[in-house]
This record gives sequence, structure tokens and C-alpha cells, in this order.
Amino acid sequence: MSTSFDVVVVGAGPGGMAAATVAAEAGRRVCLLDDNAAPGGQIWRGFRVETARKYLHGRGSLDWTARFERAGCAIWAGWRAIDQPAPGFLRLERDGEMWDVGFGRLILATGARERFLPFPGWTLPGVMGAGGLQALVKGGLDPQGKRVALAGSGPLLLAVAAGLQSAGARIVGIYEQAPLVRLAGFGLTLLGQPGKLAEGARYRLKTRHAAYKTGCWVVQAEGRGRVEQVTVTDGCKLWKLDCDWLACGFHLVPNLELPRLLGCRIVKGYVAVDRLQQSSAPGVACVGELTGIGGLEKALVEGQIAGWAAAGREAEARALTPKRQRLQRFALRMDRAFALRPELRTLARAETVVCRCEDVAQSALEGCAGWREARLHTRCGMGACQGRVCGAAAEFLFGWESSGTRPPVFPATVSTLAAEADAPQTARR
Amino acid sequence: MSEGFSITVNGKLVRVAEGTTVAAAVMMANEPCRFSVRGEARGPLCGMGICMECRVTVNGVAHQRSCQLICTPEMAVVTG
Repeated sequence: MSTSFDVVVVGAGPGGMAAATVAAEAGRRVCLLDDNAAPGGQIWRGFRVETARKYLHGRGSLDWTARFERAGCAIWAGWRAIDQPAPGFLRLERDGEMWDVGFGRLILATGARERFLPFPGWTLPGVMGAGGLQALVKGGLDPQGKRVALAGSGPLLLAVAAGLQSAGARIVGIYEQAPLVRLAGFGLTLLGQPGKLAEGARYRLKTRHAAYKTGCWVVQAEGRGRVEQVTVTDGCKLWKLDCDWLACGFHLVPNLELPRLLGCRIVKGYVAVDRLQQSSAPGVACVGELTGIGGLEKALVEGQIAGWAAAGREAEARALTPKRQRLQRFALRMDRAFALRPELRTLARAETVVCRCEDVAQSALEGCAGWREARLHTRCGMGACQGRVCGAAAEFLFGWESSGTRPPVFPATVSTLAAEADAPQTARR
Repeated sequence: MSEGFSITVNGKLVRVAEGTTVAAAVMMANEPCRFSVRGEARGPLCGMGICMECRVTVNGVAHQRSCQLICTPEMAVVTG
């Protein structure tokens, strides 16, 4: 019950697509797998050739998607990597079906998720991530006429607001927690990259009728059974806004579960890689948001480097090094620009839920010494999301570092877990 | 573009375009996806298969992550 490829790429966003394309063009047998129903990742989610040119986030996708389709990789959509049953193999699950895939080289491009922070009312239906709402709209949710407030941090807020506005939503306000002076400094560092400045300007022009306030953050969401009103502050005064949806995410954190399981060394929250994107785990490369939150361009460059390297074409990979370094510096500057203000640690009240899966309140966590104690005593992080949401929050709120990862890295069916016993035979095939 | 089709969410008919995720359909039906261990109504949060808040029962199969599942004609979705 296994299939082997020269190169397996996990994550079919731009980074993974670039890696798979380049390796396949160089003659390698490549498998690209993703837990979503189709390739594209978040930024190119649901891309269609006929709409890609019109859609704000679709720019640039056409060249890559056409090239990707010509390259002839095997595309395994809807599969989740849950374990490494033996070195050189990943165990996958889809709809209760299990399969092992073998690889000579592995490229991880698992991307990032939003950081969510608890505040009173954040569990109400209608309060979503900014990227989350964008993904839902790309997945067919109709935002026509909806009043949407956006809050949190990061360049995604403005991009999502522009996309929602194009799709017919009414933006009631955009609230960025980072102070203007820090954002202005960041903007100055972009003068050498007019493309990024132009992109920001385009989003702002699109949303010009809505307030974009820096140094402001959401303190509360209220409503009967769903969000109806949010309270925002600039640190001095408070004001209320009526809305149908609140899109709220505090920048991004990388999806480190799989790299951790495979033993990749993590430094300061990201996978440590060399100039060819190789991690400390033999044969495992990591690209894109895993090595620093830098967005589309960085993911494409790093994906190509890892793809060339996996195909043994180091000269082509090294030719991209200067670009890669420039984009990595950009990622570091972005992390600093959108660093979270300490006031955000005080939003949750005693009764505010921090762990949504197990309904663990802030007050239950305050006495805990660390993540392990919190898990054992309160079940924080022990639910279905396995700490993917509350882990990043607890790291910011309490300074707790996530302790290792154990398989399965995603919830799996009992039949898959039972098959663990067959692992060696399956994998030795 | 296709004309779309209907699915049911807790028995309510919802018209969806081809390619629509089940999570989007549940939101358009104005239904929460699940109730938490303390009984709070919850809807989709991350939209990308991370948070598990959008779990629903689809055609009798429980715990389906609705944000990563595409609607098919006559699909029966039950939340809660």
C-alpha cells in the first residue's frame, strides 16, 4: 500500500507548486500533495484560468499554474500527511483511506496559519480570521452587502479588505495594531521594491472609503448567537461598530507540525535551512512561510531553489541565492514591523475561552507553569486542533513554547491508527 | 459558469455554485457548525483546515472538516 517518487512535495501553495514544477521539469518523478481539494494554497485558492487575471490575488498565478500543469507532476489532493512510519516514507490519510508514500527527497511547503488571540466574544460565530474569511469567500461564501470589520495585524488585513470590497462587502473599518511610526519605517525599507509598495497602494485605493487606523485593536465582540457589534480602541478611547462579520488575525505563524515531526531544527520560530533550503533532517527541505513569513515572492524563489536542489541541479539553485537573501531580509523586517503590542496580552478576561476545542478559560491557565502543565491539568491544546490555535496564543500570552509533536499530526481515523502495526511491512515494500 | 445546485443544511435547501465549500454553504444557511463542550455555538474560524471549528456531519459521516470539503448535488449536511 505504498507508492514511491523521487521527490515528494507537501503543500500545493505557490512554494510547493514552484518546487514540484522545477523538479519535474528537470526530469524527476514528483508527487505534490495537499490536504485541500485542489492545488493553489491560500493565495491562489480556487484559481481558475478565466478569473485569475481579474482577481487581485490571482496576479502572477497564470504563468506558474500553466507551467505547473505542463510539468506533469502527480497531484494528490485531499491527502493529509499524518506520520512518518519509517525513514523515507510519509503516511497519508484521505476520507478514512490510508496510503504510504515513499520519497528520495522531501520538500515541505506547509505554509502558515493566522495567529488568533483571545478576547471577549472571539468565539462567536461570524468572528473569523482575515485569511479565514478570504478563504471562505474564495470557497463560494457570498459577501454581498455584508458589513465587515477587519482587525489584527499584518499586510493581509488590507489585502483581504480589498478582496472583500471587490466581491461586494461593505468594509466598516480596518484596525491595525502596529503603530504608524513602525509601519512608516517599514514602508521606507520597501522603496527598493516598488512592486510591494504599489500592491499596498492598490489595496488601499480599493478600500479608500473605509477607515484604515493604525495603533488600534479590537477589545470585544458582542451579539446574540453571532457577532453583531465590536468594540475597538486606540489605547485611550473606545468605540463601537456594528458589523455582520469580524475578520481578525494577528499576522501569521508557520505550520511547523510536520517539520517538527521529521526532526527539522527550529530556530526562533522558523525552520533553520541552508542556502539550498535544506533543513537539519537529511533529505528534507523546507520552503516558503516555514522559513520566515515573507509571502508569495519568497515562496516562489525558495520553492525553485529546493526543486533544483532536489533534482541535483545546484548551479541553477545557487543562481537564485541573492534574490532569496533579499526576500529573507524582507521577511525579518515584516516580523519586526508587525510585532504585537503588549496590551494585546490583557484582552482576555478570567472567563474568556483560550482553548476553543476544550473550552479552557484564561483563569484556568494563569496558574500553570508551562504548556505541559496546562495540557495535563486543563486539557488546553488537547482537543481536535491539537493546539494549533491556542498554542500560538499561549506562546504570546504566557511565553510558553510548544513542546514537540507526536503522530498523528492531524486527527486520524481509528482504522488508520490501527494500521500503525503494519507499518514496517508496508514501508519496506 | 455553471448554474449551481442545491444541498441541504439541517434540512434547509441552500443553493450553491459549483466549487463551493460546505463551510461556505453552512454560513449561507445561517447555521452554526457545532456546539462546544460547554454548549457555545461555533462557526468557521480559520477557513483552511487548521482550527477544526467547522466540523459537521455530511451524508451521515461525522467530523467532516467542512472548509476543505466541496459541495456535491443533494449533499445532506447536519450541524451541531
